[in-house]
Amino acid sequence: MVSDSAHPNGGRVDLQLIASMIEAGSRVLDVGCGDGELLRLLNATRDVDCRGIEISQKGVNAGVAQGLSVVQGDADTDLVNYPTKGFDYVILSQTLQATRAPQRVLRELVRIGKRAVISFPNFGHWRVRMRILLKGQMPVTGTLPYLWYETPNIHLCSIDDFTDMTHSMGITIERFIALDRQGKVSLTNHCQGLANLLAAQALFQLRMD
Amino acid sequence: MNSTTEKWEKEQRQVELRFEPLMRFGMDAPLLLDCGVELAPLEIAYQTYGVLNQDKSNAILVCHALTGDQYVASTHPVTGRPGWWNTIIGPGRPVDTNRYFIICANVIGGCIGSTGPTSLNPATGKPYGLSFPVITIGDMVNAQARLVDALGIAQLFCVIGGSMGGMQVLQWAAAYPEKVFSAVPIATAAWHSAQNIAFHEVGRQAIMADPEWCGGDYPNQLRRPEKGLAVARMAAHITYLSEAALHEKFGRNLQDREKIGFGFDADFQVESYLRHQGSAFVDRFDANSYLYLTRAMDYFDLTAEYGDVLADAFRGTQTRFCLISFTSDWLFPTSESRDIVQALNASAANVSFVEIETQKGHDAFLLEEPELFATLTGFLNAAAQKRCLKNGF
Repeated sequence: MVSDSAHPNGGRVDLQLIASMIEAGSRVLDVGCGDGELLRLLNATRDVDCRGIEISQKGVNAGVAQGLSVVQGDADTDLVNYPTKGFDYVILSQTLQATRAPQRVLRELVRIGKRAVISFPNFGHWRVRMRILLKGQMPVTGTLPYLWYETPNIHLCSIDDFTDMTHSMGITIERFIALDRQGKVSLTNHCQGLANLLAAQALFQLRMD
Repeated sequence: MNSTTEKWEKEQRQVELRFEPLMRFGMDAPLLLDCGVELAPLEIAYQTYGVLNQDKSNAILVCHALTGDQYVASTHPVTGRPGWWNTIIGPGRPVDTNRYFIICANVIGGCIGSTGPTSLNPATGKPYGLSFPVITIGDMVNAQARLVDALGIAQLFCVIGGSMGGMQVLQWAAAYPEKVFSAVPIATAAWHSAQNIAFHEVGRQAIMADPEWCGGDYPNQLRRPEKGLAVARMAAHITYLSEAALHEKFGRNLQDREKIGFGFDADFQVESYLRHQGSAFVDRFDANSYLYLTRAMDYFDLTAEYGDVLADAFRGTQTRFCLISFTSDWLFPTSESRDIVQALNASAANVSFVEIETQKGHDAFLLEEPELFATLTGFLNAAAQKRCLKNGF
């Protein structure tokens, strides 16, 4: 993971939705928690026992000073230390595409959590496709705001790419939510084929028993 | 009368003054030590600050470091100096005496009022000296647990400590998880490293090489191994700082002279500083106590105690942890705090970990360090909210 304390894609519009997916009384681990926005939201709105991992020590120190439970750690290397099914939910929001080994990270997430909640920008979105097709250039969009040489996003995928991987790993998709550029539920929510073209972001709830 | 005798008598008067308050456990309630010996009577000298609330849920136990004592936030009766954590503990400070009830006890084996090698051995009526049993961090914590019980506190809101105090915090969390709502181990480790044992051994050998030590029997012979203890302190003090801090503070500056003296006076400021540290230390500390407490640290190995799996020390723990380390601390480096964090993660414990950037070395935990203050304040506030502690009483 190469992200700094801020998440790679700035706007954290999906957080309300993620928070609403967490059942009260749960034990939650937020991987790549950044400045702790989701942890604060969970603390304020849900009765949960939540903690975070963040790669930047500055981000961690700021979070702890605000009363959040955060440790410095790297999703690529440190998840192996966590116990199997030690958490009700493990959240990886807008970070998977910035990890060095997304498949290994995903395997760890569904091992540690009874459920994993994952969101990422959809590289199959029509704006991305158009940018490459018409301009012949790497896409710079609202959910992918970086130029190619400064982006922390090193493993981008489309919604279809992601679901292919989960199927090959034997992971159950319990919920899929397509999001538009503002992070609101997309009109294409019920049709994954359309979502792969029209949704700017995707949110999955996964499980592997 | 020579000055050593005078000093010794002065010290005796201080001992006679007693360090109050004192919790006493009689011959009928011995403390079984890790070495197998039953220690009785047992006295624990302690200080408290703030007010214990009605349901006794706001108590914070502060565990002191190797050469610390219970005067964490009040004037030391021997040195007349302010409490060693005055900047952290007090009204409106990170550990707020308007909100919490703070307890700090002199560890057993210490020399500021709790039972230790300077105490009278009931079998002989003379100071224990080396007949005092070797104690461990576990023994210190078991003794503190008795004090906490005697104060009628079922669960501590928090246990905080740095260095050897941090070892006690870890021991508390492992041995009495239900009695520790939250824990803050600072600049510490789950086991004492070979390098740290080595430094301690240098200190002990300096004490034992002093002819005034008399095989540990100096209290009965009205003598004091001041030179040995001072050298031990000087060597140890270097390990509490950092190369960068020493360079910044002293560089190669000369002490009260224009040029080097071609002799073995304290030419350099750093020498003069260390000599002062050594001589100031012997006024307030007992040499045998220093042997016992360094030994207790050397023996500390929480990992070994739990079958070489540190995570097992914290299995199923409900305690909220906050670990703190300092970048320039080479005595208890960040990697050792990280090992503890990893073990806590493996137990799915609620853990925060902050590494603070500073040049101040191991001693940083005792100094004015804004990020340390912010971390403690944030962590304690959040824990108090979880514990449903009200602001004020």
